[in-house]
Amino acid sequence: MSENLKFISPELFLVIFNLSFLVMMLFVKSHAILSNGNKIAAIGLLITGVLVQLTPVDPDPVLNGFYTSNDFTAFFKMLVLFLSSVLLYLSDAYLKKNNLLKYEFPVLINFSVFGMMVVISSNDLMVLYLGIEIQSLSLYIIAAYRRDNLKSTEAGLKYFILGALSSGLLLYGISLVYGATGSTQFDTIYTSIMYTERMLGLQIGMVFLLSAIAFKFAAFPFHMWTPDVYDGSPTPVTAFMAIVPKLAVGAVLAKVLFDIFGGISDKWQLVLVFLSGGSMIVGAFGAIAQNNIKRLIGYSSIGHVGFALMGLAAVSPEGLSGFIIYLFLYSIMMLGIFAFVLNMEKDGVLVTDIYSLARYSEHNPATSFAFSLILFSLAGIPPLAGFICKLYVMMAIINSGVLYLALIGAIVSVIGAFYYLRIVYIVYFSEAEGSLNAKIPVGHLFILFVSSSAIVIGTYNLLGVEPLTRAAAQSLLS
Amino acid sequence: MSNILSLITFLPLLGAGIIGLFVQGSDAQSSENAKRVSLLTSIIVFLLSLVMFSGFDKNSSDFQFIEEFLWLGFFNYKLGVDGISVILILLTTGMMPIVFLSSWTTNKRVKEYLISFLILETLMIGVFVSLDIFLFYVFFEAGLIPMFLIIGIWGGKERVFASFKFFLYTLFGSILMLIAMIVMWDISGTTDMTKLLKYDFESEPFYMLGVYIPSGVQTLLWLGFFASFSVKLPMFPVHTWLPDAHVQAPTSGSVILAAILLKMGGYGFIRFSIPMFYEASLYFQSFIFTLSIIAIIYTSLVALVQTDMKKLIAYSSVAHMGFVTIGLFSFNQQGIDGAIFQMVSHGFISAALFLIVGVAYERTHTREILAFGGLVNRMPNYAMIFMVLTLANVGLPGTSGFIGEFLSLLGVFQVSPTYAIFGALGVVLSACYGLLLYKRVVLGELIKENLKRINDLTIREKFCLYPLVLLILVFGIYPKPLIETYGATIAGYVQKLN
Repeated sequence: MSENLKFISPELFLVIFNLSFLVMMLFVKSHAILSNGNKIAAIGLLITGVLVQLTPVDPDPVLNGFYTSNDFTAFFKMLVLFLSSVLLYLSDAYLKKNNLLKYEFPVLINFSVFGMMVVISSNDLMVLYLGIEIQSLSLYIIAAYRRDNLKSTEAGLKYFILGALSSGLLLYGISLVYGATGSTQFDTIYTSIMYTERMLGLQIGMVFLLSAIAFKFAAFPFHMWTPDVYDGSPTPVTAFMAIVPKLAVGAVLAKVLFDIFGGISDKWQLVLVFLSGGSMIVGAFGAIAQNNIKRLIGYSSIGHVGFALMGLAAVSPEGLSGFIIYLFLYSIMMLGIFAFVLNMEKDGVLVTDIYSLARYSEHNPATSFAFSLILFSLAGIPPLAGFICKLYVMMAIINSGVLYLALIGAIVSVIGAFYYLRIVYIVYFSEAEGSLNAKIPVGHLFILFVSSSAIVIGTYNLLGVEPLTRAAAQSLLS
Repeated sequence: MSNILSLITFLPLLGAGIIGLFVQGSDAQSSENAKRVSLLTSIIVFLLSLVMFSGFDKNSSDFQFIEEFLWLGFFNYKLGVDGISVILILLTTGMMPIVFLSSWTTNKRVKEYLISFLILETLMIGVFVSLDIFLFYVFFEAGLIPMFLIIGIWGGKERVFASFKFFLYTLFGSILMLIAMIVMWDISGTTDMTKLLKYDFESEPFYMLGVYIPSGVQTLLWLGFFASFSVKLPMFPVHTWLPDAHVQAPTSGSVILAAILLKMGGYGFIRFSIPMFYEASLYFQSFIFTLSIIAIIYTSLVALVQTDMKKLIAYSSVAHMGFVTIGLFSFNQQGIDGAIFQMVSHGFISAALFLIVGVAYERTHTREILAFGGLVNRMPNYAMIFMVLTLANVGLPGTSGFIGEFLSLLGVFQVSPTYAIFGALGVVLSACYGLLLYKRVVLGELIKENLKRINDLTIREKFCLYPLVLLILVFGIYPKPLIETYGATIAGYVQKLN
């Protein structure tokens, strides 16, 4: 048993760190420590990241088949940990300004990250369920983190109720799959699917499972909560929800599809095509009329989820690696966007109206340029990285012969280009005069510029991530 | 020398970087410096492209100066030129110094303006030199960003509408082309244009969703490329973005748009649609002819009733591009020769015409035709240049406009005399609107008060206009050097086609 502990050492460390952090913060009176809770928690995440690097890789499941530790999980865990720590740093200034800086915030974020790590590594449906619940419960709370704010509490409640529904779906799906195959372990289900006589029950269970995960992924038709929750939550929480859970849930979706139902891909391909096409369309049309940047990001994230899912719908190694690349580059771009959006302030009050950005470029040319570059990249304009990852998934889907999905993606990205361009238009050549007057902290500017230069450099070699994603995809498929 | 194409392509980007990083401040002196840097960069690029041209072997129909290295694995960085692209590169690099010279009086956000144009130059050259379909797409599409900003920031009153229309129209076309490119890669397994030009795409007809698809896969791919190039060229009925974009764009933006960006559409047809999907092109020949004839006659008539000078020239551009498409789709040596000649000559003529309008606009701040009249009394040089350009636009023998239209019509006549006759109508119509415009603006008595103190061309404007007029006349009288450059390439093409 102790031999196996080395595979879960990062998770163990993180949970021990979190609990001791919580206890410590309860008794500490020192202002210096209390006001730096976010940074301490971020360091904890980074140390966990180092531990993930040190964790041995095993192609077979470990811990009696409950858990996996391979290139795929390591890649996603590193990404989740790194991005979460950056986001903790980014949210620091906002929380301070709005008097929200309490130690609960980093603790909850870290617990959510712990849940995500469990989800990513899970090799058993029950472990998967537990992981998703830990992750989601923490998110429900921080969505309603501004207790005195009507919209924030509404967002939290909405997220909780719909999330509970999806958990129910997940459990029901798990029970059906268990009923059909007699196991909850991924690899056992994978092999017994071939011989099962209860194909109908299995398929219904699979659809329930996929629906629940699609809910967490905010894919059409389970996307309804996204704009409201993104809008209502405090912006740092929105940033976190728009980036990190997408990675973890994306990882687990790929795992469920390929590790459990890999043998019946003909059965789920159409489901994925539906999720992907619907999300792209909803994301594109929904965002057109939005003037609130957070709602707009919400819809745009639905659209991007649709594009990413196109990679999975291709049911091929190239598609899977395209999916991973897409999620990776999407999170990098979103990081830059939020580094900017967190600082959209007028006289110290956060504004979310995009028209407040009017003529922003006249006083802040460099910042506007970096921000617009990311918007162009999100719109998929070459040669930026956002184009390359769209190209990857489109090539994969065309290679698998689902041409019409690629066509939908093509048409939708023209509509998507419209609303990204609208922001660029407001920033650069709108008639009115904007009202933003916050000074962006150097650290945030640094992240914005790193993100925008990453999408330029990324066109050359995708930041060297391509071989990693291939290895990850390979270890998932083998 | 072995990397000369990369050098030519990316040198403007370096100039943009220098302006962005090293030219500090926003006073008059720094914008003057920025203008000098950009002019110098564009001249160096032009000289380099002449050096490249001097080493170009006109008798070969192969790609030359090939550079290749691995990029993302499935698609690579591969550059090379043949007779067609080398001409268009020279057109691009030669036009840029004129553009910078003509925008010398700009004083609104000068640095950003120049950076946009330099980036645009890199992307435009890149379109003509790339030998990998995805690389081509990257350059082709990325050009939208600087042009969007040029129209949107430095444009006229309705600039927002025009810039969005320009962007979304073009993006819609090109994204379908991207799908077609991915399908090509999927079928043939390569993205290398030299290999794709030799690849034989399936042309067996089949049924898709109950619809009969003649020439099979080729037709679908052809349509994907057609969506992009017909918008870019532009062809009837997707030409409507062009007048809007032209009217709203600043003068130098219009020059670039007319002289080079439109040529990308024609270049795309000759590089992709015709040689790669020949059966489909044959099938669509009369379709293209019909659209082109409609464009020639209809837009000429529309030009006749315009009250805005720029809009008139924009519509005349659409009509002249009609000659390019009929020439290209005649599939014979004369037709294609003529079409490419027409692209180059239209590059000179329309650019010069937009500059001429710019000159008038700078002095009076209006482009209404009726606001002018009798300019010849105060501006003799201007009147003379305008005369030459009008006649070249009409296609008078002795100007380059004639050679292009004549050869194109000659090519079409061999295929179908009817279309050629209708096409020739366009020449007559262009005389109508061209001479009418000239008469209203330049001839007559100078009665308008505000025109009484108008001044003739300055030295700077002469430097912009005279080279273009000279080229129009030289190539009109002696077109051989131009035709010779791409003749061998076209001969190779035609031989392969038949």
